[in-house]
Amino acid sequence: MLQNFIDAYSPDNLRYLLGGLWITILVSVVSIIGSFIIGSILGVIRYVKIKYLSAVVGFIIDVIRNLPLLLILFFTYFGLPNLGVKPEIIPAAILAMTIFESTMLAEIVRSGIQAVDSGQMEGARANGLTYWQGLWHIVLPQALVKMIPAIVSQFISLVKDTSLATIILLPEMLFRSQIIYGQNTNYIIPMFVAIALMYFIVCYLLSLLSRYLEKRQA
Amino acid sequence: MIHIFQAYGGTLLYGLGQTLLCSLIALIFSLIIGTFFALLEESPSKIGRRIARAYIELFRNIPLLVITMFFYVVFPLYVVKMNGFTAGTIGLTLYTSSFIAETVRAGIQSVDPGQMEGSRSNGFTYWQAMRYVVLPQAFRYVIPPLGNQFVNLVKNSSTLAFVGGFDLMYQGNVIASSSLETMAAYSAVGVLYLIITMPISYYMRYLEKRLA
Repeated sequence: MLQNFIDAYSPDNLRYLLGGLWITILVSVVSIIGSFIIGSILGVIRYVKIKYLSAVVGFIIDVIRNLPLLLILFFTYFGLPNLGVKPEIIPAAILAMTIFESTMLAEIVRSGIQAVDSGQMEGARANGLTYWQGLWHIVLPQALVKMIPAIVSQFISLVKDTSLATIILLPEMLFRSQIIYGQNTNYIIPMFVAIALMYFIVCYLLSLLSRYLEKRQA
Repeated sequence: MIHIFQAYGGTLLYGLGQTLLCSLIALIFSLIIGTFFALLEESPSKIGRRIARAYIELFRNIPLLVITMFFYVVFPLYVVKMNGFTAGTIGLTLYTSSFIAETVRAGIQSVDPGQMEGSRSNGFTYWQAMRYVVLPQAFRYVIPPLGNQFVNLVKNSSTLAFVGGFDLMYQGNVIASSSLETMAAYSAVGVLYLIITMPISYYMRYLEKRLA
């Protein structure tokens, strides 16, 4: 058994797995940045209550939030070719994650804005700022600070969710571990231990960060 | 999309049934396990708190798919044979139980500590006070977040498709590849998921507003 572990963790295999971790992180980071931008826009639209537009955006957000991410991955990778667009694997994964996460972030942004004391906006308006100036210069910066722990938590679930993209053959950790243990069944347990450990370390450190940020605010 | 329902209605309904079945089983067991670990973490025992913390952190920080694949790939080799549905449901239960433990714990903490002190000074033991005074109040706060966990559970049950669990997602793939109309097939699946998840999340939002 011990020998299996030693053999399975050969430098080549470890480098291959770490390459998978790198893809996981790449996809997660690009997606979280994209979703932060799109999610902020959607969240603000939902918050400010523009006639019709806010209701439509709110409904779209609710629909996407209530669908499994896996289904959205299938839409982007297997569905889009049906409409004549054929994305590569990594862009398809990033697109799906961004669509899904931006609706999550939209809700975080909206509740972040709601958490800012309404006196801030009133004060800004009383000092001659327009509504949008007040939102942009006074309310949003304060909301952002309040949102950071929730965004970090969302990033953790994003990192975990990238493992779903194995199904569209994204060469991330889980996919690569399957290739390694597919060659030698003795490596199954060592591979599961390795990827569970790597995911755990990344996500646990992020959750410590989120908890630290939350405490510093309180 | 409508012709997909007409041609594959039975398959889709069967998948929907499997998804609901697996979600309900996982919900019941993860509520039991989650409440147990929440109580353990709030208990006076130091070792108990450590064990609960370790359990929660372990299953919160490993992807659901890795947990499920572990039960689907590793367990049959060394322990006991199981089908995809069982492996998927076990994975889902363990994963969700760690989130439910955190939710219930937050609920217990939101109950005024005076409640516990009051019942202790009235002669209740710690566990009696927990069972009859604190937990009933905690669960009232916890119902909206638990409902949201159930929505997540239904969405996450799509991982059963990876292990051949014959759930909605799995059937959607089967239909997509046999009808070659991927967009229509996945839309039909999406509609069925929304029929379950949307009403629950709207109702929970309503409850949240009423409690606040």
